[in-house]
Amino acid sequence: MSIELQNISYTYMPGTPYCRDALLDVSLKIERGEFIGIIGHTGSGKSTLVQHLNGLLRPTAGTVSLDGANMHERKQALKSVRQKVGMVFQYPEHQLFEETVFDDVAFGPRNLGLSDEDVQQRVESALECVGLSVADVAKRSPFRLSGGQMRRVAIAGVIALRPEYLVLDEPSAGLDPCGRDEIYAQILQLYRTSGMAVVLVTHNMEDVARMAKRLLVMDHCRIRFDGPPVDLFHDETIQLRDFGVSLPHVTSLLKTLRAHSLDIDDTLQDEEVVVEAIRSALKRKRDSSC
Amino acid sequence: MLTDIMLGQYFPGNSFVHKLDPRSKIVLTLTFITSIFLANNYISYLTVGLYICLIVLVSGIPVKIVLRSIKPLWIILLLTAAIHLFMTPGTTLVAWGPLSITGEGVKQAVQMSARLIYLILISSLLTFTTSPIALTDAIERLLSPLKRLKLPVHELAMMMTIALRFVPTLLEETDRIMKAQMARGADFSSGNIIKRAQNLVPILVPLFISAFRRADELATAMEARCYRGGDNRTRMKELSLGLNDAVATLTIIMLVLVLTWLRWGWSA
Ligand SMILES: Nc1ncnc2c1ncn2[C@@H]1O[C@H](COP(=O)(O)OP(=O)(O)OP(=O)(O)O)[C@@H](O)[C@H]1O
Ligand SMILES: [Mg+2]
Repeated sequence: MSIELQNISYTYMPGTPYCRDALLDVSLKIERGEFIGIIGHTGSGKSTLVQHLNGLLRPTAGTVSLDGANMHERKQALKSVRQKVGMVFQYPEHQLFEETVFDDVAFGPRNLGLSDEDVQQRVESALECVGLSVADVAKRSPFRLSGGQMRRVAIAGVIALRPEYLVLDEPSAGLDPCGRDEIYAQILQLYRTSGMAVVLVTHNMEDVARMAKRLLVMDHCRIRFDGPPVDLFHDETIQLRDFGVSLPHVTSLLKTLRAHSLDIDDTLQDEEVVVEAIRSALKRKRDSSC
Repeated sequence: MLTDIMLGQYFPGNSFVHKLDPRSKIVLTLTFITSIFLANNYISYLTVGLYICLIVLVSGIPVKIVLRSIKPLWIILLLTAAIHLFMTPGTTLVAWGPLSITGEGVKQAVQMSARLIYLILISSLLTFTTSPIALTDAIERLLSPLKRLKLPVHELAMMMTIALRFVPTLLEETDRIMKAQMARGADFSSGNIIKRAQNLVPILVPLFISAFRRADELATAMEARCYRGGDNRTRMKELSLGLNDAVATLTIIMLVLVLTWLRWGWSA
C-alpha cells in the first residue's frame, strides 16, 4: 500500500521558449500511515511534485503508481486515485463556490455518488475534524466566514472524501500564528486518529521538524535529502543554507549552547523538554565548576 | 493544459522582425492582409506563401510553433474548404449522388484555405513578435488623431493592456481551480451538454470572485501610484521609426506590386 514515483521528470510548457524544468529524475515512495514533510525554497518544485501524487499532473518521464498500479494507464483509474489521495492546494479557500458551507463540503462526497445520509454523515464528521461546529456554520455562506474558517471549510471538503493519503500544500500560508497552530494541531490530531498518511508541504522548518517523521528537502527540481529531521539537522556535511532553508530555532539554540561548551543533547525538539534539559545542564556545569 | 494555449502569445527575441517599430508592424500587417485579396491564381498565392516563410525565417520563431497556431482553427478551415469544394458550380470532376466536386470547387477550396491560413499565420506572427504592451502602445499612437474627436484613446489602450496582461493570469487561475475541483472528484470531460454546463459552476464562481478581487487590487495599486489617465504622461520606451521599418515597408510594396502584376498582367 503505497504511492510510488519512479524517476519522474516534469517540464512546464515543453517546446516553447517558456519551457521550464520543475522536476528532474525524482524517485519517492510514500507508505500508508507516514507523516512526511516537504520543505524547500520558492520554486524548488514542491507543488509540482505533490500534484503528481494524485495524478493531476502527468510526468513528462517516469511512472507514478498507487498500490502497484500505474495511475495513467486507464482513465477510470484516476478517479479512484483522486478519492484515495486527497489534495489541499495552496489557498484552498479560493476554490469555495457553493451557497452554503454544507453544500461545499458535500461537493466531493456527492461526486463519489454516495447516498444522502452518507454525505450528511461525512460532511458533519469532516467539519468536526477541522474544529468547526456543524450547527454554527453548516447553513452559512462560505464567503461570509473569516479567512481561517474558510481555509478550514476547504480542508474539510477534502477530508470528507476520506482519503488514505492527505496532501496539504502550505495549509498555513497567510494565517496568523494562532490560526496556524490550530490548523496544525488539527492535522496532527487527524493523523493520529484516522491513520491516513499525511504529506505536508511548507516553507517553515519549525512546523515540519515538530510533526514529520520523515523530511524531504527539495532544491532545484530534485530531492536533496530524505530521512528523519534529526538526521538532517545533525549531518555536518549538509549545508542547509544552500537549500534556502534554516534550522528550527530550538535546534539552532541548542547547537549554539553546545558550541559554548554546555553539555546538552541538541536533538531535542519539544519546548518543555528543552527547557528542562538546559536547566539541568546549567546545574551540572555550576556543580562541576565549584 | 490550459496554459499551453498559444494564440496571442509573445515570444521574446531579437530578430529583425522583433525590432521593427510596433506601429509599422501593425500597418504593414494590415497592408499585407489587404494584399492577400489581390491574389487570384496559384502563383500569386505561392508568392504570398513564400513571403510568409521569409518572415518566419527572419523572425527565428520555430516553425513548429508557428504551425501550431493554426490548430485551434482547423475545424473552421475544414468546413470552409468542404463548403467551397462541394458548393461551387462548374464543370463536374467527380460526383457521388447529390455531392459533386467541380474543377472550380477545387480551386476555390484551395485558395480560400490558403487565404485563411495566411490570415491566421500573419496575425499570429504579429503577436508572436510583439509584446502586448508594445502592441497597445502602438495602437494608442495610431489612434491618437481620434483624440480630437474626444475619443478616450488612452483609456481604451490602457483597458486593452490590462485585459491582455491578465489573460495568462486568468488561464493559470482557471487551471488551478480546475485541478482543485478535480481533486474533489469533479469531472469535466463526460456527461451530456447540460451536465457539462452544470459542471462549470465550480470553476466559474471561484474564477469570477478572484477576477473581481484582482480588479479591485489593481485599481488600488494604480491609485496608490497616482495613476490618472493619459495627459502629460511620459513613456519609458519611446517609439521610433528606423531603417528597419523602411526596409520592411519596401518589401511589402514589392509584394503588392508583384501581386498586382500577377493579377492584371495575366488577364491583359
Ligand atoms: N503553471 C506553470 N507554468 C510554467 N512554469 C511553472 C508553472 N508552475 C510552476 N512553474 C515553475 O516550475 C518551478 C517549480 O514550481 P513549484 O510551483 O513546484 O514550486 P514550489 O516549490 O511549490 O514553490 P512555492 O514555495 O513558491 O510554492 C518554478 O520554477 C516555477 O516557475
Ligand atoms: Mg508551491
